[in-house]
Amino acid sequence: MSEPEQRPVSRGELTARELVRWTWRQVTSMRTALVLLLLLALAAIPGSVIPQSGVDALAVTRWKQEHTQLAPIYEKLDLFSVYDSIWFSAIYLLLVLSLVGCIVPRLVVYGKALRAQPPAAPKNLSRLPDHRSYETDASPEEVLARAREVLGKRYRLRKEAEPDAVSGERGRLREAGNLLFHLSVLVVLAGFAVGGLFGYQGGVILVKDSTFSNSLTQYDDFDPGGLFTPEQLNDFDFTVDDFKVDWLKRGAGAGTARGFQAALSYHDGDSAEKSYDLKVNHPLSIGKTDVFLIGHGYAPVVTIRDGQGNIAYTGPTVFLPQDESFVSYGVIKAPSAEPGQIGLEGLLYPTFRLYKGDPVSVFPEDIDPLVSLLVYTGDLGLDSGTPQSVYVLDKDHTKQVLKKDGKPFRLDLRVGDKVKLPDGLGTVTFDGVEPWIRVQISQTPGKRIALLGVVLALIGLCCSLYVRPRRVWVRARRVTATGTDADPGDTMARTVVEVAGLDRSGNGDLDPVLTGIVAALRNEKEPPT
Amino acid sequence: MTDGAWETLSNQAIAAAGLAYFVALLVHLAEWAALRQVAPREAALVGAGDAAGADPEAAPAPAPDQPGRRTTAERVAFLGRLGFLVTCIAAAAHLVALVGRGMAADPNRVPWGNMYEFTTTGTFIVAAMYLGLYRRFKLNWMAPLVVGFVLTILMVAVIWLHEPVQPLREALNSYWLVIHVVAAAIATGAFTVGGITSIVYLVKSRAGDSEKATRGWLGRVPDLVTLDKIAYRVHAFAFPVWTFAVLITGPIWAHEAWSRYWNWDPKEVWAFITWVVYAGYLHARATAGWKGRNAAILALVGLGTLWFNFIGINYFSTTSQHSYALEQVPARHEVVARTSVSPGM
Repeated sequence: MSEPEQRPVSRGELTARELVRWTWRQVTSMRTALVLLLLLALAAIPGSVIPQSGVDALAVTRWKQEHTQLAPIYEKLDLFSVYDSIWFSAIYLLLVLSLVGCIVPRLVVYGKALRAQPPAAPKNLSRLPDHRSYETDASPEEVLARAREVLGKRYRLRKEAEPDAVSGERGRLREAGNLLFHLSVLVVLAGFAVGGLFGYQGGVILVKDSTFSNSLTQYDDFDPGGLFTPEQLNDFDFTVDDFKVDWLKRGAGAGTARGFQAALSYHDGDSAEKSYDLKVNHPLSIGKTDVFLIGHGYAPVVTIRDGQGNIAYTGPTVFLPQDESFVSYGVIKAPSAEPGQIGLEGLLYPTFRLYKGDPVSVFPEDIDPLVSLLVYTGDLGLDSGTPQSVYVLDKDHTKQVLKKDGKPFRLDLRVGDKVKLPDGLGTVTFDGVEPWIRVQISQTPGKRIALLGVVLALIGLCCSLYVRPRRVWVRARRVTATGTDADPGDTMARTVVEVAGLDRSGNGDLDPVLTGIVAALRNEKEPPT
Repeated sequence: MTDGAWETLSNQAIAAAGLAYFVALLVHLAEWAALRQVAPREAALVGAGDAAGADPEAAPAPAPDQPGRRTTAERVAFLGRLGFLVTCIAAAAHLVALVGRGMAADPNRVPWGNMYEFTTTGTFIVAAMYLGLYRRFKLNWMAPLVVGFVLTILMVAVIWLHEPVQPLREALNSYWLVIHVVAAAIATGAFTVGGITSIVYLVKSRAGDSEKATRGWLGRVPDLVTLDKIAYRVHAFAFPVWTFAVLITGPIWAHEAWSRYWNWDPKEVWAFITWVVYAGYLHARATAGWKGRNAAILALVGLGTLWFNFIGINYFSTTSQHSYALEQVPARHEVVARTSVSPGM
């Protein structure tokens, strides 16, 4: 602030410093905090209406296809990833800033208040909105001693002596809880951030008897946080030994499943083999990594022999369930078949029946499975080097295999069936069905920090809501019959006791409190005569 | 008893409860109607025979020699007690219906497997909360509102949401269901009772000091300061419970079942929005000194988000993993399907 006259500041304009201070005051004001809170609620709404890429990437793709006009605008506004967007982050970062700006000064004030004495009794207690008074024959000293005893149990008393009064205060935990709550919000955010930056989510589909060893190449999909490093992956592998589902066969819930159970045997690093029954709601924890069972389905075991009798493909192929009936869709590719590559595409019916001429699955368990496949031959596009989904058949350079009458040739195979393909392409055998499971493998660092934060926040919240801070004062004076202060020797004088309180929570009810104090004060000093 | 018998019992009990709530509503409406005849302060002075008289103020005190004839005040008090009693009976039948619902499933379970069950439980909690707080906060003025609300929602549940008893979906088969849902339902019940108080507050504050505010049922309603205080206390109770339900038990369970403790699922988003709005309500009261009207409006916004989340999200959102409303068909995924072990409901 030196030499202010040298700065040509016109009146009504803010200097940079004043502007900063003004901005800071605005940001840390209660009203701003409130507005930001409500803004945060408002900003969270779009994410519940528009599909989010972090939640369901496929839904986003589909939505974009359906709304070609809106999609680019939404894309610009980050509406497909609301909770990572700049504007959402801006709101909660401002809120955090406001919170910090609010909390730091209050911490200082609270620190001082901890050391401070309860304030001395105001001069005129009867001016307080909540006050009582009564007269007694006991001396002021006796009354005050009794007041110390009564209030001392539940109030901090002012140590500095007051000639005619006792002052007490209670409820400092309210502000402590308040501060704890706000600080805990920061802890939760920190935990959340750690999880988002260092954690990862990966998914993989495993057919029964296959083994997964934990390295990046083994995942079907992998979604790492921004600061994830592959060294974080725990060294383990596991094998799916068995998978069982209890299907309900009777009652209203028939056809629904319960009791999914995948028997795993796993190695944690170099340790000996252990086994674990992986179930829904019961993840397997290995090191910092958790393995969850989140899906299941069927993989038909199909063998394709080519025109020369060689096995061009054999083994279980993962088919994806289309609905609750577990009718599953999939493709089987045999690029090495001679004379022509063979591609199969079609559906698996776990319990096949014809219903009014339509093929349906009447039960989701693989009681009577049937695969119904269309056959393609030609270039499956696997040699071109561009990566392909294993669930999609690239039909650009293939032709469909037809029957002699020109209709598509369709394989309808029950277990054990073997059918010869037209044109000397070879044979297809349906050997059986194996179950597969989809597991989610993830590391969520910071989850304990976040949990700790929320628990602390809840404790703080309860303190700040239920602790009722208040101050109470008791004053005793000798007065003459005319109401003026009496001389010590005046035997006609009586003692007037005033009790008053101040509720500092804004919601408390002091009436019963004061009644209680008065009753306690009078109880022993004036036994009923 | 067989499962079928339990289910029948449950359905009959819910019908009985609905009927009893309806009777309770009628009784309370009769109580209010009786109140309309005279201003409440006068009601104590005016004899029943004179209630319809042209000049109640000039009417003499009730004659003690009229046995069997009640004064208006007595009639109001009697109807109030009767309504409360019938509501208790209704709530008991309601509870029987919930228990029967749980016993009808094989294996037995908590009755929170689908929307019908959530809704019947939620309304029961509202009724129980009202009955529990009746004496403490002297809630007799709230009776027709609560009973009407419970009856309406119960009818919606029975007519549109009813489903036969089914076993729990696997993902719901967890003790976290009990903890999470109990907490969420208690908070929902309390927020609803608090919200009803806020509505009454707004109605009363709109009437202002006019004659309307001191006559009839509004005259029976506590004064604005008391209403505001009751609303605050109920909300202050509900908010930590809600925090516990959606920010502690919810994420813990989500982590176990879905591998992510917070996934911005629509249900989670709206639970968060509700939390933020009520946090704003408490914050506004604590710091900005918002009392009365503004606070009441904010509380009602919170209540709106809460009930939208409870019922609306299940119908409007197709992506929510919490959507218990419909058997959801996983879409034709090209890469990896989300299948039904996961709670992809």
